[in-house]
Amino acid sequence: MSDGTLAALSRRLAAREISSVELVAETLDRIDAHQKALNAFVTVDRDGALAQAKAADAARAKGAAGPLAGIPIAHKDVLMTAGLPTTCGSRMLADFVAPYDAHVVEGLKRAGTVLVGKTNMDEFAMGSSNETSYFGPVRNPWDLDRVPGGSSGGSAAAVAARLVPAATGTDTGGSIRQPASLTGICGLKPTYGVASRYGLIAFASSLDTPGPFAQTAEDCALMMNAMAGHDPRDSTSLDRPVEDYTRRLSRSKGARPLEGLRVGLPREYFGKGNDTEVAAAVQAAVAEFVDLGARTVEVGLPAVDLSVPVYYGIAPAAASSNLSRFDGVRYGHRAARYDDLNDMYRKTRAEGFGAEVKRRILVGTYVLSHGYYDAYYVKAQQVRRLIADDYARAWRECDILVGPTAPSPAFRFGDKTDDPVQMYLNDIYTIAANLTGAPAISIPCGFTRAGLPIGLQIQGDYFSEAAILDVAHRYQQATDWHARVPRIAAAE
Amino acid sequence: MTWEVVIGLETHAQLSTASKIFSGAATAFGAAPNTPASAVDIALPGVLPVLNKGAVERAIRFGLAVGATINTLSVFARKNYFYPDLPKGYQISQFEIPVVNGGEIAIVSPTRGEIRVRLTRAHLEEDAGKSLHEDYHGMTGIDLNRAGTPLLEIVSEPDMRSSDEAVAYAKSLHELVRWIEICDGNMQEGSFRCDANVSIRRPGEPLGTRCEIKTLNSFRFLQQAIDFEVRRQIAVIEDGGTIVQETRLYDPDRNQTRSMRSKEDAQDYRYFPDPDLPPLAIDRGWIERVRRDMPELAPMRRLRFSATSREHLVELVKGGAGVDLSEMSDQVYEESNPALQASGQRPTHGLTLADASALVQDRATADYFESTVAGGADAKAAANWVLGEVAAALNRAGIGIAAAPVSPAALAGLLARIADGTISGKIAKEIFDAMWASGARGARDADAIIDAKGLRQISDEGAIERLVDEVIAGNAGIVAEFRAGREKAFNSLVGKVMAASRGKANPGQVNAILRRKLG
Repeated sequence: MSDGTLAALSRRLAAREISSVELVAETLDRIDAHQKALNAFVTVDRDGALAQAKAADAARAKGAAGPLAGIPIAHKDVLMTAGLPTTCGSRMLADFVAPYDAHVVEGLKRAGTVLVGKTNMDEFAMGSSNETSYFGPVRNPWDLDRVPGGSSGGSAAAVAARLVPAATGTDTGGSIRQPASLTGICGLKPTYGVASRYGLIAFASSLDTPGPFAQTAEDCALMMNAMAGHDPRDSTSLDRPVEDYTRRLSRSKGARPLEGLRVGLPREYFGKGNDTEVAAAVQAAVAEFVDLGARTVEVGLPAVDLSVPVYYGIAPAAASSNLSRFDGVRYGHRAARYDDLNDMYRKTRAEGFGAEVKRRILVGTYVLSHGYYDAYYVKAQQVRRLIADDYARAWRECDILVGPTAPSPAFRFGDKTDDPVQMYLNDIYTIAANLTGAPAISIPCGFTRAGLPIGLQIQGDYFSEAAILDVAHRYQQATDWHARVPRIAAAE
Repeated sequence: MTWEVVIGLETHAQLSTASKIFSGAATAFGAAPNTPASAVDIALPGVLPVLNKGAVERAIRFGLAVGATINTLSVFARKNYFYPDLPKGYQISQFEIPVVNGGEIAIVSPTRGEIRVRLTRAHLEEDAGKSLHEDYHGMTGIDLNRAGTPLLEIVSEPDMRSSDEAVAYAKSLHELVRWIEICDGNMQEGSFRCDANVSIRRPGEPLGTRCEIKTLNSFRFLQQAIDFEVRRQIAVIEDGGTIVQETRLYDPDRNQTRSMRSKEDAQDYRYFPDPDLPPLAIDRGWIERVRRDMPELAPMRRLRFSATSREHLVELVKGGAGVDLSEMSDQVYEESNPALQASGQRPTHGLTLADASALVQDRATADYFESTVAGGADAKAAANWVLGEVAAALNRAGIGIAAAPVSPAALAGLLARIADGTISGKIAKEIFDAMWASGARGARDADAIIDAKGLRQISDEGAIERLVDEVIAGNAGIVAEFRAGREKAFNSLVGKVMAASRGKANPGQVNAILRRKLG
């Protein structure tokens, strides 16, 4: 029962075919059953979840229940959840209990969702494979020897294994879209500023974006309705009219629903760096778009090749500053023994942070240092503008941009851990949307012969979430890649 | 050969907002440790800064008051360093583009007369918390109540040439921030504190190497610290040494400065624009709204107090503009100066410049004076009383004029009775003391005391004549002396008549009648 889409479960709850308590109980059992194999969760809140489910059923009995009421969901452990551990995948916060809710957590709570637990992630959201978590790696439900992607690997694995119909993630350089791609689900990074960062433990403030994971584009739209909205506690949150992200999905459009849609194919996304099976699946998806009425146009994003170096200037710089507050003084880990203040700082941070976090703090500190700031940080911000200019030019020629989300399918544990640059290059197609702030979604578009999912990235201009969700939805109505279930989830 | 002292000051003025600069927590002083500190102030994970508009408005007010440029776009930056009372591991400040650039403060130098100290900039930033090293058994306590308190850091050019000038500047700035109500100026509580950059050089030579003396929270310490530092630098150089650029601390108990850290171990603060805060945009409309609500400033008020008419005021302001405006008509000049236009709507008082200057020493005194005049008192008399009796009484009581037990209305009521001859100036002082002792807020409080004590002046010709006759009859010797040509004897007789009236007789009438009778 609990492996249905969010929309399907919502309908069944509304029809009283199932209760939230039944649904959540089954969800909790499935999480327990798969925890050892997948390690998708850091915290499971069984009692809290059942209490919320009861409350959701009671609200429904009184006729006060929206489409998300009683739906079990999970939050990435980077989001503050009042009264629950919020670890950020780090030893630094291994025992930290959040005293307040993040804005998106509040929104989903208000919508009546039931929070079943917090999902595993790369430490402080730094990683593309979920191998940097203090709580051990998350495994890919399609092949337990492979990574689920990162940094939101736990949320992606949980949705892919049908443990929860939807989960939250955060995307700083692809941390929603790349794991969605590697686990065969949908993951949306909205426009920066549409969903508040309040309560999101900061990694790179100008890039961090909360967004949803789900099986379908429609489910992502339902989640967005509860996650978006202005928040005066975040000065970068945008004060825009409230949107219904599902509004375009129900319109009937016949056999060619994408008629007139101009699909941009960036040359830079179809080079020789792609795995051949990934390239073939993406080409097939483009052909499907054409069948649905769209026409393609080749575009150039010449500066986009610089995304990775630009990102590794800006993101670590911000991180080196954002992570300074983890100093052992007020909360979080503190070294047991130390000689003086500096020794306390040194030992606390040496013990509390893992290798990848330390690497980025070092890089970021260097980038901001006197004498290097102009050469690295300022230059990176200038190139960031050039990349945004490329996109602005592209939007004159097309409505969406399509390409692979990641150059390869899920890789094996340890494959890239020795070479950070190879790991970083896995985000080569996703980073630009963070640098520009524009929205992008990853949806499943095929499988390799070995049975690994392949993701298609659809990017749009600022605030085009509803439009790209609509395109993804039309594609999913014509295909069934999103309905494929990994064997471990289907076995029951 | 003489040394020239060069001083620039960096002043931190705590802005008088009710809440902190980036959180909604209260700024109140003296609360129990860590009680008014919010999630933002203690830098919990996931919290974000939201700028307090009141702090920006106060910065705009300051910029307008010193004739500075208000930058329509300024940028908040992170200053990164580790310290236990700095919860985020960085301070949000302004670095490359501050909210205010330029401006100047006029001061009177004991050696150079009136000079203008140029300001480099003023920027908004947050204060840190406090580390408490006592009473924790070798550990350190952290109080984050002050963390996030809004500060305006005001940086002067190195335009001062003596500790006297530095103190005059600091006092003038201190008065200004209180006058425009952006800072309570409480130096004991740290609301207003200075860092002094001090160097010496031979006159005409380039600037010498400077030392910065941190956190001077009284004018006396500022003066003493600079004087010590100048002596130290002269001694070092005259002994053949060189000054090392460093940060020094002043120890008031020993009256000396000591090295805190040298430039070599100065930290790299890794400033970068804070991505949590969009650039601060201040539109023209906002600046104009603040300008409209600006109080009249001390220099303008001083001229208005001394002017005899609106036209005279325009003339005085135009003449003191520091540039030759003889080609410009007074009317055009007035229209070009909104502050002058606003002041032109208010009454002029025709005081001496000395009295006017004394009255605008602080805004409360100036307000007290004008309220007294508004209560019907003559401006000259009001000025004399405010600067004389009132000031003396405040001094004795050790309180500020805002706490004076005699209100301006009550003082005006008293002065009206001198003006209409009901009482003499001497009796008025006695009544004033009674009003001070009991508290007087109403315009008729003086009358009540006059009536209750029977102090109404005797101006009745017949009554005074009778007193004069009695004195002449009873003091034949003195009368004879007077008639023999001793003019002093006359004063003695006046005194006796006044005494006989218990001080109430109109002294002018007593004089006239006595003269006539002694013929």
